[in-house]
Amino acid sequence: MAKQYEFSSKGLPYLLVLPQMAIVLVFFFWPSAQALWQSFFVQDAFGLRSIFVGFDNYLKLFRDPEYWDSFGVSAAFAVTVALSSMGIALFLAAQANKKIRGAGFYKTMLTWPYAVATMVAGVLWLFMFNPNVGVVAWFLDKTFGLEWNHLLDSTHAFLLITVAASWKQIAYNFVFFLAGLQSVPATLVEAAAIDGAGSFTRFWRIIFPMLSPTTFYLLVMNLVYGFFETFPIVHQVTGGGPGKATSILIYKVWRDGVVNLELGSSAAQSVVLMILVIGLTVLQFRFIERKVTY
Amino acid sequence: MKTRNAWVLALVALAMVAMSCAPKPPEPASIEFWHAMTGKNGEAVQKICDDFNASQDVYTVTPVYKGSYVDTMNAGIAAFRAGQAPAIIQVYEVGTATMMAAKGAVKPVHVLMKEMKEKFDPKAYIPTITGYYSTSKGEMISIPFNSSTAVMYYNKEAFAKAGLDPEKAPATWPELFDAARKIKAAGYEAGFTTNWISWIQLENFSAWHDVPFGTLSNGFDGLEAELKINADLQVKHLTNLYDLSKEGVFKYGGRENKANPLFTGGVVGIHFESIGGYGNMKANCKFPFGVARLPYYPDVANAPQNSIIGGASLWVFEGKTEPEYKATAKFFTYLSSAEVQAFWHKTTGYLPITIAAYELTKGEGYYTENPGLEVAIQQLLNKAPTANSMGIRFGYMPQIRELEDQTWEDILADKIDVKAGLDKIVAEGNIKLRDFERLNK
Repeated sequence: MAKQYEFSSKGLPYLLVLPQMAIVLVFFFWPSAQALWQSFFVQDAFGLRSIFVGFDNYLKLFRDPEYWDSFGVSAAFAVTVALSSMGIALFLAAQANKKIRGAGFYKTMLTWPYAVATMVAGVLWLFMFNPNVGVVAWFLDKTFGLEWNHLLDSTHAFLLITVAASWKQIAYNFVFFLAGLQSVPATLVEAAAIDGAGSFTRFWRIIFPMLSPTTFYLLVMNLVYGFFETFPIVHQVTGGGPGKATSILIYKVWRDGVVNLELGSSAAQSVVLMILVIGLTVLQFRFIERKVTY
Repeated sequence: MKTRNAWVLALVALAMVAMSCAPKPPEPASIEFWHAMTGKNGEAVQKICDDFNASQDVYTVTPVYKGSYVDTMNAGIAAFRAGQAPAIIQVYEVGTATMMAAKGAVKPVHVLMKEMKEKFDPKAYIPTITGYYSTSKGEMISIPFNSSTAVMYYNKEAFAKAGLDPEKAPATWPELFDAARKIKAAGYEAGFTTNWISWIQLENFSAWHDVPFGTLSNGFDGLEAELKINADLQVKHLTNLYDLSKEGVFKYGGRENKANPLFTGGVVGIHFESIGGYGNMKANCKFPFGVARLPYYPDVANAPQNSIIGGASLWVFEGKTEPEYKATAKFFTYLSSAEVQAFWHKTTGYLPITIAAYELTKGEGYYTENPGLEVAIQQLLNKAPTANSMGIRFGYMPQIRELEDQTWEDILADKIDVKAGLDKIVAEGNIKLRDFERLNK
């Protein structure tokens, strides 16, 4: 049982959470409320004229087949990034968790990419896949005769941003999986080994189920990352192109709001994203607290 | 005693009358100038401001770098909304219609100069440059600052290898296509590429051939304008580029100025890029290159007309004090002087905004060493601008350009054909124009 602390005065706890609440109110609730408010208007850039349009901004979005395309691309992108980066991270963590020489070195190296800024990660991969000077593009051409061209081929472009986004996220997932693996009691694994379970069975029947809270947490975090934090990669690598093939939702919000100065539509889009994030968070709390247990 | 006091009072009164009649010394003011210039261009901005501050001791102009064009414009908008706007802000050309529509936020330059009784002669400026930022009646709304135009760059080494005359660039599109095929045949991966499909191959292309990009003088005469780029000539031109891309003679290099490495890296022999990129070309090309005018289709009646500009201009915000406006007006006069313009032109490669500055630079023999820069100016001065070649003034221009980029990529990837693609740009672009009209009427 967790220890219970009691405050002598009733006001003190409120006073203690006050600074935090003030920050949340100013930096989270206030802008969110503004976005909600703005999404019912169309407005010129300088705020000199605004016209109330009700749900017009939303209706326009939902009637636009290209917005749904963007939704589809974002979902496919987020899911691919989450699954591939988690899969690879889990494999690497399982390997690094073994008693091998220089394990500390591997662990450090595998954690490194997380320190790379997302924007830089984008540039890095863009450079390697550059159709003219990129080493990977050159290798693909020489070995498979594949002419890499993410400027016009939408599959290539999609793959490129997926690889760049996943690569950066592997390090994050790796740290969590490694920590998760280290908290799996050795006694359980050894007992299974004595009972004759091979390493494959031990992993899938004991270790993997015991990791499920970590896995579920990471799944949600990775989806959030894929949907919301990959903006710099798209901005840097494809600019949403070719055509609109990689114009994910978060990129479109930025583009319409900041570059195109269509504040009403951009606000409506960010409200849609806000609802999405709320949904993911609710899901996480419901599931992680109740369904995922040892 | 009484009489003496009365005398003193009378003297004081007299002195006060005399003082009020004498010219008041100007009230000092210091203003901010928000800009988006980096590197050597940023240093040039700093120097111009420093020199202006040193040239007199009443006004101070402080340049503040605010990031990219997009960042700077957004910073200005946010500052205006918060009542903290700077006196002067640099806004890129596609933001022109948005700024112009912002009545109550922006003080037109011609009004500023008149109110501040500053000597101002709009005729001293190069018409194609100031026209872009003027009303259709010729009233200047913002001061052009860094202006460029699109030109052709060609690799002289590639020309020699392909058996072409390195001193003679192709003048027409058919000649260019021919030259590009020969360059490819001489061992280059492709013949030519281009930056800015929107600005160069549609906006400048239309102006250069004196055909409309949109109705109502490309939007200069009103917000009701519509796009016209699905006309025969534009369809023909993009179809040619498309066919040549299938032939491997034209190579797509990406949006905006992303195609540069194809030219500097020797992948192609001919390129289209802003004259503002001249310095970059000089720094990165390991081969001799030439700058030439944009090609034209010889069967088009009025071609070549004149090309149009890109770049940015300086806008003045409303709601500043009179001394601040005085400072702004004095700074604009200083900025427009031939010496300052010649310095700016030579340091950055951007075009001078007055004819006097062009002649001053020419007199110094600068163009014998840098012939490329003169090509650009002559291209702008080629003919007096027509309704089709004053410039482009559409609201939501960033969206329209983006639509052009996206559709062009879809055309090259065979997702849509040229005519249908241009029809789509016109249809979707017009929706944006109607949105803008509704908001700014």
